[in-house]
Amino acid sequence: MTRVLIVGAGPAGMRAAEMLATAGITPVVVDEGARAGGQIYRRPPRGFIRRPEALYGSEASKAVALHQCFDTLVTQNRVEYRAQTSVLGLGDGTAHLSGPAGYEQIGFERLILATGAMDRVVPIAGWQTGGVYTLGAMQIALKAQGVALGQQIVLLGTGPLLTLLAAQLVQSGADVRAVLDTSDMLGQVRGGVAMAAARPWVTLRGLGMRRQLGRRYHAGITPLRIETDEQGPTAVHWRDAKGTQHVTSCDAVGMGWHLRAETHLADLAGAQFYWDKDFAQWLPEIDGFGRARADLYLAGDGARLLGADAAEIAGRLAAIACLRDMHLAAPDPTADLRRIDRMERFARAMQHAFPWPADLVRQADDHTVLCRCEGVTAGDLRQTADWSGPEANRAKSLGRVGMGRCQGRYCQLAGAEVIAAKAGMRTEDVGRLRSQAPVRPVPISALIQDSSD
Amino acid sequence: MTGGRVHRLAERDRAVVAFHLDGAPVSALSGDTVLTAILSLRPILRQAEFGPEGRAGFCLMGACQDCWIWQERGFRLRACSTEIRSGMRLRTVAPQAWDRP
Repeated sequence: MTRVLIVGAGPAGMRAAEMLATAGITPVVVDEGARAGGQIYRRPPRGFIRRPEALYGSEASKAVALHQCFDTLVTQNRVEYRAQTSVLGLGDGTAHLSGPAGYEQIGFERLILATGAMDRVVPIAGWQTGGVYTLGAMQIALKAQGVALGQQIVLLGTGPLLTLLAAQLVQSGADVRAVLDTSDMLGQVRGGVAMAAARPWVTLRGLGMRRQLGRRYHAGITPLRIETDEQGPTAVHWRDAKGTQHVTSCDAVGMGWHLRAETHLADLAGAQFYWDKDFAQWLPEIDGFGRARADLYLAGDGARLLGADAAEIAGRLAAIACLRDMHLAAPDPTADLRRIDRMERFARAMQHAFPWPADLVRQADDHTVLCRCEGVTAGDLRQTADWSGPEANRAKSLGRVGMGRCQGRYCQLAGAEVIAAKAGMRTEDVGRLRSQAPVRPVPISALIQDSSD
Repeated sequence: MTGGRVHRLAERDRAVVAFHLDGAPVSALSGDTVLTAILSLRPILRQAEFGPEGRAGFCLMGACQDCWIWQERGFRLRACSTEIRSGMRLRTVAPQAWDRP
């Protein structure tokens, strides 16, 4: 039987697996989590007692439905689930895996990638210090561990997660000192109209959460720097919309500006990429079902940053495309195609309401660390660009921005802005960093053992 | 900041797990990740290799690779995605052998 490999067990991967299992295919689902759920519907370790309503809020019923559906399929052996397993690389119908049993290769005929996304970050002076986290990290700590990562927290950035995380932390009893949004109020109102037209209920829910933040929330701010000592952050310096400077003391900072699609495996699998002006990043080219190439399907935030509800739909659509390409019967996708189209309108409107602050990145001070893995500053990159020229991969080879342990995941987009600003070019013309296997670290001994077999 | 970075807001009623950190006997709660366990005792996990600052993890989802620390024996481990186990012997600085050329 044709082997279908699904990478990722968030909402997209789980729904794709369900659709295939319903059609009688037994997919292999490789997932880095200890339990299926992905990041948005991540589950705490066994023995934790908070109810789903406390973990997932208004989305609790969706989370529970997904978990139960997927767990049942695994129990019935209709889905083969490989937990805590990373895909290191892909080639010629073979996936290279690293998991609890060590290194392993498995073959596949069709591939569905549901690799999700991570926070997109702006380098702010001091952000390399321990105690500065992504917004996603702070949400994971709260959801999966029941902890806040500091006693006095400042949140910084823009996008839906800023407001959502702030509300969740406040509800859980954390001391959130300030919620600093780089998007100004006028733009939020203008973009908000289009958001409300596409998804009124979701927009209202966001406004309700915003109200809970009260005077902690500030729109249209400019972050200046994060002050630190040897134990971590001590304050955030920022300017409000009227130009008045503020210093808010804290011992932890969460920051994030929407998400960046995780596309390393899509790249290795041969997807083509384009610069998406709304999402301000390179995204893989897909058709309406998520087809990126023959036998390659992409679903969820790793393909289009549309959120969890759309990811469930995209997972189903990718599986439908896969089934059709295998000449098997599949359900009618018309309703799902219409719903995901509406969600895409909403997500693109949200990008305009809460924009990526490209100018803030382009104007980063020379001393600001750009690559947090290896401490390469914006000034270092500007110097490198003098002799590498304005091409991202050459600048990476010579200046190491994008070559550290995160493999460019957190510096690529900021680096492209800095190079483009210096060269007087559009960001997309600087080019996209080519992905390199292994896309996760792996002990050399694991690979050596394999080659001696 | 005195003591640990982590502020436990919920799920406080769990079994205690004993482990060693840089040679000293310490404890955490069952179900803690290694990152939560160490940061409930200290504000940082390790020193950065390319700068003077401490590091304490960044993404907590296995993307940034910031939180790798050492064991007295065996592989390094990624603190955010590894559950703490009774008897673990963890190090926040590289074992001596790492310093040799």
